[in-house]
Amino acid sequence: MCGVCGCGTDGVSINKPHQHEENEHQHNHDHDHDHHHHHHGDKMIIDLERDILSKNNVEAARNRGYFEAKNIFTLNLVSSPGSGKTSILETTLKDLKEKFPFYVIEGDQQTLNDANRIDALNVPVIQVNTGKGCHLESDMIYDAVKQLKPKDDSILMIENVGNLVCPSMFDLGEQKRVVIISITEGEDKPIKYPDMFHSADICIINKIDLLPYLKFDLEALKKYALQVNHHLQFFEVSATTGQGMDTWYKWLETELERNKQKNS
Amino acid sequence: MHELSIAMGIINIAKKETEKANKTSVELIELEIGSLAGVELESLEYVWETAVKNTVLENAKLEIDFKDAKAECLECNTIYSMKKMYDSCPKCNSYFKNILQGKELRVKSLEVI
Repeated sequence: MCGVCGCGTDGVSINKPHQHEENEHQHNHDHDHDHHHHHHGDKMIIDLERDILSKNNVEAARNRGYFEAKNIFTLNLVSSPGSGKTSILETTLKDLKEKFPFYVIEGDQQTLNDANRIDALNVPVIQVNTGKGCHLESDMIYDAVKQLKPKDDSILMIENVGNLVCPSMFDLGEQKRVVIISITEGEDKPIKYPDMFHSADICIINKIDLLPYLKFDLEALKKYALQVNHHLQFFEVSATTGQGMDTWYKWLETELERNKQKNS
Repeated sequence: MHELSIAMGIINIAKKETEKANKTSVELIELEIGSLAGVELESLEYVWETAVKNTVLENAKLEIDFKDAKAECLECNTIYSMKKMYDSCPKCNSYFKNILQGKELRVKSLEVI
């Protein structure tokens, strides 16, 4: 949706790599203005108890049903900007793309840069530019999937907008949520931004190759994260050197098999 | 600033319900927001005025029923109030918990005319 005037999804553009970037903010529809007739003495109270995010949740459920029917294992990758989501994706795709069919949805406010990085690996990718928006929503995934047309029995990686706050509230219909943190960030991030760590299934700790050069307390990070979410499973990796990536691949393969059993 | 998305969600719900009731505007809207819902009340109020302009909610009074968070300890079953997601049980210090209240993010009721 448009983060400036809130008038629908005008600010969002969904593009394949190297397409013309449609990131200009255009308003090509009339704003829907409600009338203001006040009928006094004709008051009515509506009891609702309706979840405010219900629209997003319903559309997420629709996505999830589609993914289950086609046995597409979908992951939502979330982190602050610069934690290495795209690098982890690149390394994973390089190592596993011959083994499994992958599809990628990239979420950023602007540019096709990330989609171009994935496209260079010959993996089908769609870029969602959210404009002023700070997170992906389930209807954007619905539209992107329609263009991407992932095959049955594949893996769909959704790289969310780099933001440790807002994406936590928006279910996209994914099977698993992966939070990524790098050790160049503070070890207290999980308690500073608890919602994201609370809603994630696994936590990838990236840039582990830099550990000797940094004052970073890995155990403190894990302790904080477990205080927020005691189900979290950790993977210590370096997307650059490849260190530890095999443990994450193993998890991916196990979950893929489990997902297949569930959907068959 | 996902509070704008939240505001838009509220407007969508209010618009649909007002139309369904054959009414034209909302006089009072009551929200229920938990302390762990991930919504900054100040941010929501900040975007509210702009977001509701020219909608059924333009002249609506906004009432927020703020819910403090409560959890049940999974180790000793103590029910305790929590300020933060990572608060531990005051009795046994365990972090294992079931959140009972505080994640609410709901439109409770509308008064339409």
